[in-house]
This record gives sequence, C-alpha cells and structure tokens, in this order.
Amino acid sequence: MSLTAADVAEILRLLEQSSFDELDLEINGVKLSLRRGGGSEEALSRRAAKSAAVPAANSSLAQNSSPNSAATHAAPARATPADPTLHDVPSPLLGTFYRSPKPGAPPFVEVGSEVTEETIVAIIEVMKLMNTVRAGARGTVAEILPTDGSLVEYDQPILRIRKSG
Amino acid sequence: MAIRRVLIANRGEIATRIIRTCRALGIETVLAASAADRDSLPARFANRTVCIGPPRPADSYLKVETIVHAALGTKCDAIHPGYGFLSERAPLASLCESSNVIFIGPTAAQIDAVGDKLRARSEAQAAEVPVVPGGSVSTVDEAVALGKTIGAPLLVKAVGGGGGRGMKRVDRLEDLPAAMELASAEAGAAFGDARVYLERFIASGRHVEVQVLGDGKGRVIHLGERDCSVQRRYQKLIEETPAPGLTDTLRKALHAAAVRFSERLNYRGAGTVEFLVDRQRDAFYFLEMNARIQVEHPVTEAVTGIDLVAEQIAIANGEGLRLQQADIRRNGCAIECRINAEDPANDFRPSPGLVREAVWPAGEGVRVDTHIVAGARVPPFYDSLMAKIIAHASDRPAALAKLREAIAATRVAGVATNLAFHTGVLSDPEFQAGGVDTGYLTRRLEARAAQKMEVSRG
Repeated sequence: MSLTAADVAEILRLLEQSSFDELDLEINGVKLSLRRGGGSEEALSRRAAKSAAVPAANSSLAQNSSPNSAATHAAPARATPADPTLHDVPSPLLGTFYRSPKPGAPPFVEVGSEVTEETIVAIIEVMKLMNTVRAGARGTVAEILPTDGSLVEYDQPILRIRKSG
Repeated sequence: MAIRRVLIANRGEIATRIIRTCRALGIETVLAASAADRDSLPARFANRTVCIGPPRPADSYLKVETIVHAALGTKCDAIHPGYGFLSERAPLASLCESSNVIFIGPTAAQIDAVGDKLRARSEAQAAEVPVVPGGSVSTVDEAVALGKTIGAPLLVKAVGGGGGRGMKRVDRLEDLPAAMELASAEAGAAFGDARVYLERFIASGRHVEVQVLGDGKGRVIHLGERDCSVQRRYQKLIEETPAPGLTDTLRKALHAAAVRFSERLNYRGAGTVEFLVDRQRDAFYFLEMNARIQVEHPVTEAVTGIDLVAEQIAIANGEGLRLQQADIRRNGCAIECRINAEDPANDFRPSPGLVREAVWPAGEGVRVDTHIVAGARVPPFYDSLMAKIIAHASDRPAALAKLREAIAATRVAGVATNLAFHTGVLSDPEFQAGGVDTGYLTRRLEARAAQKMEVSRG
C-alpha cells in the first residue's frame, strides 16, 4: 500500500481540523511530515536530531527538488504590490516550493481559484519537512510566482491574491 | 570531489573574509543571510544571497535544517560555518555528513569531543597535556598528600558547589587541614555533599592559544601561538603573536602540547588549543579546544603568510595538509584590535544603529577585516564586532606604533565605538611592556573608575 495524492490531501485536511501542530507518518518507507504554520524552534531541533539519525528517507518530493541552477540569481525582493486590492503571500521560511501535496497530484490552487484566509495554497519543504502555507487573505488567486519545485527564500512572495470585498 | 560553490552560514566581517578567499580560489559563494543582513556588505560581495529567516539568530543563523537546505537548494558543495552560530554545533556537521555536503571544519565526533569540558580534560591528560592540577579528596590525610603535589596557593572547592560558593583559598599548606575540615563541614551543610575538590590556584594567568591544522588522519602542524590576555568578561579585545616574553622552552612546550592533543583526536581542519599560562610558576594548563576558525586568526596569517581559510577549504576538499611543519616560518609581530560598536563610558553597552561614516586605515602592514561601510547598520541582534584592525611589523614596538597610527586614522560616526579605549590600552606602559595577565583589563577599568570617583568627590 502506498499513499495516493487523495490520501495526502485527506491527511492534510484532517491535520488542519485537529488540534495538533505536527504529524510524522511513515508507511512502507514513505515518510510524510506535516507541520502547521512556521512551526516551533523546538520542533525543528527535534526534527534535526531525528533526520541526523535516519539519513535519506526516500521522499520523492526531496528527489524531485530542482533548485535554481545559477548562483548569480538576483535575490528576489519583497515586492509589496502597489495595487491595494492585491495581497502577496510571503514564504514563511526558506525551502522548496511545492504547489501540490505530492508530485502528480492536483495543485492546491490555480490562478482563478477562490481562497479564504485559511486555504492552504502551497507547501514549503525544508529537509523533507513539509510546512503548509495559507492564503492569509480572502479573494481570487491572481498569480503564482515561483515555479514548482524551486527554492524560495524567507519572505519571498509566492502567491498574489486579488482581494474580494 | 572539488569544492566549486560554498554556502557561507555566517554574517559580518567573517563572511566578508571567507568570500575574499573563495574569490581568490575561484570558488563561488552563496551567503545565507537573515532579513537584517540582506543589504550587508557580504551580501553584495557574494555571488548570491539567500534570505534564510528573520533577524533573530534562533530563526535564521541557528537553524541547522534551513542552512543545509539552502546549501542543497543552491547547489553548494560545501558549507563554511565561520565562528559562533553553528560553527561548533555537532548537529550541523552531522547533517552535512548525511546530506553529502562538505562541512568545512572538523567531524561531528570531534566537535562533541572538545565541546564536553570533562571529556576534553581527560583527552588532554591522555595526550600528556597538563591540566590545572587537582582532584577530589575525602579525608584530611588525602588532602594533605594531594596538596603537597599541587603546591600552594590552592583552592578548596565543594564538589556539590558552584559559582564560587563553598570555595576557600589556601595560601600556605599548613593551613590546609583546617580549611579542608571547615570546607567539608560547610559543604555538607549547604549542599548535602561533604566531598571537596582541591585545585591549584592561578593568581596570575595569561591566555595563550596555539593555532593548529590537522589532516584528519593524525597529522597535525602548528602555526605558533597567540596571546589573548587583554579580555573583559572573557571577551577578547586585543590579540597578538608571538606571545611576548615567554621563554623558548615554554613556547615550544605549548606548541608541542597543542599538536599532541590534536593528534590524539585525529583533528581535521583549523583549530585552536587554548592554555592558561601561570605567570608565577612558569607553567601552563590546557583550557579547551576551539573547533573552528577564530576571530583573531589574522595575526597568525600576518606573521606566517598563510591563508588559514584557504587551508581549511583545501583540507575539506580532501587535499590534506599542504604544508609541513618546516614550511611554517613566522616573521615579526602582529597585533589586532577588535573594534566594537559599544560604549566603554557606559559599561561597554552595545551601540547598534546606522553607521554614518566609516573610514578605515590602510597601508603597508595594516589589514582591516570588516563588513562596515558608511550607511551600514549594526543590528541589535548580533555581537557588536565591526572590524578587526591588524598591524604587522618586524618587532613588537614597531607593530604597536603602527597599530596606534592605524587606530588614529580610523573614523566611525553614528554608533559608539571602543576606538579611544584601544588607544588608551596601546599607550599604557604596562601593556607596552608586554605579557599582561587576564586580570589586566579589569584592574585598569577599576583603577580608572576609582580615579573618576576621586575627581568627582574632590
């Protein structure tokens, strides 16, 4: 048995509704770690100790990560949209940006998707630890800025939302 | 396995310093910077800068997983940790080891070995490196016997005590039995543990450390010593090499001890073995080993002509030690002052803020390691080191004169600095004579405070 995209989406939904902040799941060698928001320092250091002991879990997400190739990239600036009806969603941490819970799975959102403050719009992966990102505003997705699987920096805008109401 | 791109997991002057060597070696650099350092000088010097998190070190520079992810995500082959932050945290070294990223430094196991004080002390003893003589005793007879081998003056400490509590100083061995009984009784009453520990009391000690390089396979060379006795609350302010006024015998013994200790660990990379030199007894004791590049490494580079960061990278790159002990020649004397954004008139309170003006000295034999230019910010989240000014000359008086001139030519405006404080120390006959102990600065500050009191009263 292995996890399907639908399974992961379901697990995400369950975690979101639960009172837990973190979930570590391992099924037949597939390891899934989920965490709410930015997460606590303590959780991170626990995680660091763990991953040092268990090297290279066979996460397909990690293998698929395609970092920016050139070292000469201009650092993306924190662009605040001039248009007050737009809201930029910043990446809460440095990591690899994923639009969907699993490769091949449908993205959390597309351009044109309706979102609320609580809608999960992306995952930022840090050393196989998945961090969910919420829209933080109500409206319509106007633009998805980084390409799937690219490295994003702390505070880098990842999504542009046209606010409603 | 060639290092082509290095992630620098640090900030400030040391980030700038590491980038300089990488550039000279044709190695690309990626700076992992917090949001407070995005516009810093090293961020402009690096080929690329990635923002790893908010200003607070716990949210950025101390995040092991984020640092390694940043290295992998920017296709760096190696991480240079600099000093401070994660440089001596075994979890970073071990996550690098398991993630196929080269850690430019010792192994995680070596970091652990020297990070634990008791373990380091026993490793030193095993390497026949002297430690501060002492041991626990349970009877007066045992105390007298051990006291004879330690010699006076000595300290009687409660095993269960700490922070100076339950500690007695014994200046004459005949007073030891009485002091021992009293200390033991007090310790039993205060801590519920009557055991006491005897330790040699070092009334006047100098901080002398030895720079080593190891290939990780048991071969180690030393690059001479540095005297860092000018300290305030264990913060070094002035460092120099060679250590003035040591006998040749003592100097050679220090070097040999540092090499023996590092050889025993199969130490890999650049490291520093710190010793306390007992001025009264002309003896020395192991304090600890620092498993990283030190702030004060430039004085060693000045007299040896060796780029320590380049050697760190070569060792990490698997090239081993490119130097033999006989290749190490030391010429003249080098002295360094740490220029901090702090206010000596206000108990050295940190003085973060915007640097309006920064003019650093230049010239033959003068080196400045800094990340501060006009318009730079000294953020309140990190240490206040702004620059290191290093003067190198054929002998100590010439180096001192050059350093005084260099400091006089320095102008920093916008934040308070310790520049004038350094001028005072460099002009002090006691410091000029050389060989001050670690209590020197405290005595000097107390004397000046007392003088001020007199003036305000009179």
